[in-house]
Amino acid sequence: MSLKDKLVSSFLAFELDADINSSIHEIRSKSIKDFEKIGFPDRKHEDWKYTPIKKVLNEDLKIFSKRRHLLDFDKVKDFFISGIESYKIVFIDGMYDPFWSETTHDGVDICILSAILNKEKYSKLLDKYFNKLTNKSDSFSLLNTSFSKEGAYVHVPKNIELAKPIEIVHINTGSDNSLMLQPRNLIIVEKSSKVEIIESHYSIEKNGALTNSLTEIFVEENAFLDYYKVQNDNTSNSLIDNTCIHQEKNSEASCHTFSFGNNITRNNLSFYQNGKGINSILNGITILNEKQLTDHHTLVHHANPSCTSHQDYKGIFIGDSVGVFNGQVIVDKIAQQINAFQQNNNIIIGDKAAVNTKPQLEIFADDVKCSHGCTIGQLDKSALFYLQTRGIPKKEAKALLTYAFANNVLESVKIKPLKTKIKKIIAGKLGVNLGFEL
Amino acid sequence: MAYTEEELKKELEQQEYQYGFTTDIDAETFPVGLNKEIVKKISAKKNEPSWMTEWRLSAFEAWEKMEEPEWPNVKYKKPDFQKISYYSAPKTDPKYESLDEVDPELLKTFDKLGISLEEQKKLAGVAVDIVMDSVSVATTFKDTLAEKGIIFCSISEAIQNHPELVKKYLGTVIPKKDNYYAALNSAVFSDGSFCYIPKGVKCPMELSTYFRINQAGTGQFERTLVIADKGSYVSYLEGCTAPSRDENQLHAAVVELVALDDAEIKYSTVQNWYPGNKQGKGGVYNFVTKRGLCHTNSKISWTQVETGSAVTWKYPSCILKGDNSIGEFYSIAVTNNYQQADTGTKMIHLGKNTKSTIISKGISAGKSQNSYRGLVRIGNNAENARNFSQCDSLLMGNSCGAHTFPYIEAKNKTAQIEHEATTSKIGEDQIFYCNQRGIDTEKAIALIVNGFSKEVLNKLPMEFAVEAQKLLEISLEGSVG
Repeated sequence: MSLKDKLVSSFLAFELDADINSSIHEIRSKSIKDFEKIGFPDRKHEDWKYTPIKKVLNEDLKIFSKRRHLLDFDKVKDFFISGIESYKIVFIDGMYDPFWSETTHDGVDICILSAILNKEKYSKLLDKYFNKLTNKSDSFSLLNTSFSKEGAYVHVPKNIELAKPIEIVHINTGSDNSLMLQPRNLIIVEKSSKVEIIESHYSIEKNGALTNSLTEIFVEENAFLDYYKVQNDNTSNSLIDNTCIHQEKNSEASCHTFSFGNNITRNNLSFYQNGKGINSILNGITILNEKQLTDHHTLVHHANPSCTSHQDYKGIFIGDSVGVFNGQVIVDKIAQQINAFQQNNNIIIGDKAAVNTKPQLEIFADDVKCSHGCTIGQLDKSALFYLQTRGIPKKEAKALLTYAFANNVLESVKIKPLKTKIKKIIAGKLGVNLGFEL
Repeated sequence: MAYTEEELKKELEQQEYQYGFTTDIDAETFPVGLNKEIVKKISAKKNEPSWMTEWRLSAFEAWEKMEEPEWPNVKYKKPDFQKISYYSAPKTDPKYESLDEVDPELLKTFDKLGISLEEQKKLAGVAVDIVMDSVSVATTFKDTLAEKGIIFCSISEAIQNHPELVKKYLGTVIPKKDNYYAALNSAVFSDGSFCYIPKGVKCPMELSTYFRINQAGTGQFERTLVIADKGSYVSYLEGCTAPSRDENQLHAAVVELVALDDAEIKYSTVQNWYPGNKQGKGGVYNFVTKRGLCHTNSKISWTQVETGSAVTWKYPSCILKGDNSIGEFYSIAVTNNYQQADTGTKMIHLGKNTKSTIISKGISAGKSQNSYRGLVRIGNNAENARNFSQCDSLLMGNSCGAHTFPYIEAKNKTAQIEHEATTSKIGEDQIFYCNQRGIDTEKAIALIVNGFSKEVLNKLPMEFAVEAQKLLEISLEGSVG
């Protein structure tokens, strides 16, 4: 039985287990029907041209995770950001782990989606927000919607500035069979509020999971959101991440994606600007080696005048790794005075590494400033030589230059301990220990 | 089918003089429709050897199985291939020895278009091979070229007189099954130009062809093959005009360039086919496949100025197969009213130390849509490949669109690729500055557009550059609100 058939036939059992009377029952059923119609994409599909997703759609993937795993502190401590107070929502093999989590209902809701799905008092809220932003023609979004049951739920009412960031941590233990996980997050930042969120993915053992994650984010008037993604699973895992951000006027939202792990990582990140004076920021650092592949698909839809967007993606490709970038900017006819900038820089280090990039502008308004730049190159040989003449070994010199290359994006990280953590991961990825703080 | 040639003729007669100006030349036209018989008939009509007929038939078989591509960013009513007549030749056979023998009606049409043959003949250094409704009717300066051993003739003549060259190179750069329109062209191409530059010869003049679409309801399927042998050089110009016509006309040409070791080909195009009227009615469909193959140390340079056609779909490309080869692409695409253009280039780097440059300027006005679609691919073995791309778009008015779809694929760690694109409009301050100095707005726009396109215009041969500048002005006339 193919994975598709398996998923479709498991749906009934899933819903019975979850709650067939849930207010989202109809949305789920419709989604699975639509998914059944279109199935999984293959490489003939323009959006999947460079990403052989078939490779990880294995029929041995388990759809239900039965056993709850408990982890000791020494196992999980590395996955949290040290030296920082934070709210935590922890999922182990897709299941909520209350032991390591720190949630709250005090003025704000920082908890899990399953807690609100079946409650009557939340049904209006779900009607307003749930599944409003997803791409209804994308197989993985449909699939996630049909199996949506667990994930993070964050609701910050108006005029609140959260004192602590929120950590959403996904840990794959990999101790049982390979799993297919479908985390579903809903994040609502109301008028004039401010939130910082860090979503991270880690794994322990070799049995990999395929995580098909979907996050819907609403950033309302004057609100501010900083969203960090740290994707650092081991290479037996794969991740498909759909994140849709809807912004209202004068809001600012940024999404910083740090991709180091996984066999295949696919990020679909889309911004929709529904008002004037909106700013959207998309950043990313990708460092891969061996046979890893990371695919960033970004979309910024400028539907209203006087907005800006800024994209900056850096990629370093070692070994046989492959980088894909597809950045789409759409400027509607009425969206005048738009300033959209997009940049994608890549360094190929590996002999068999490859980069496929497609920056894409679709512009229907005339009074706009839109530009994109894209480069593929190598580390500067003379700079490397200079560092070596100063007694820095080649490997470290290369790492230094790599840091410099990625610095623009690293500097956009406003939480200092997180920045330190990312630098550490990068050092590990490059196999160096610089022995000092950069 | 009970539909006969007679009936068709009647139909055509009734249509005549209804739109624009149509030259009243007695033309021989095949019945509409496309099938094996028609392909065989075209081949027989042109007295082609059997290998050519076979070649056409196999292309036709492939075409039948193919589907019309949907991916270009253009919307149009798909042509009905069974409603097109695939062959039309002026009946005034045989070929002319001099201009005096050419049908005066024909010459008048050229006069109307401002490309009088006399003038062209006088323009020193330009040999003109005029293609009117698919069959070449006059070739000049042949003797000068023959002295150098250069072959410059229609492709049907080449099939008759130089079958070994045609057989060796035809379809090697663009296989007959390459794409939908290339396959169609391979099956039914009526005529086109053939050019061969022998080893070490530098072609002393710019070779030039003018294309025209004249007969109502006939698609134009041109086939061009240019071969530059080792160490040779040629500059080839192609210019196109068409009289106004209310019905969409299909043009699906194929151009193949082969640059052997150390050779250089410069191919320039000015295209100003009828773009349809202000309401977007009529106009030519231009679906062209152009590709060049570069051997070691060779260079192919495409320069194009596109102002015409209702729908354009065209990607002149270079396959940089040989080491140290160079590919260049310079393009200006102007769209106005309801025109749609999806153009760009492909640079396929296969050899070591290969270089490519892409400069593309898109100008959209009125309600038009202008897309750049390009591919830069660096293969596994293409050490030290270098590419620079720049795509700039200029928007005039808020009802048009400019789009860029650049694909960049690098599979080698020594590759260096830079790509940049910008989209902007003509600044009000720029126009104000010109107004201040007594330049009216229309002229100011022309001035600014000219500056915007300068990088590409500079690459055109002299006479073409002047013509192209004028064209830009005409195309954008009245686009300032």
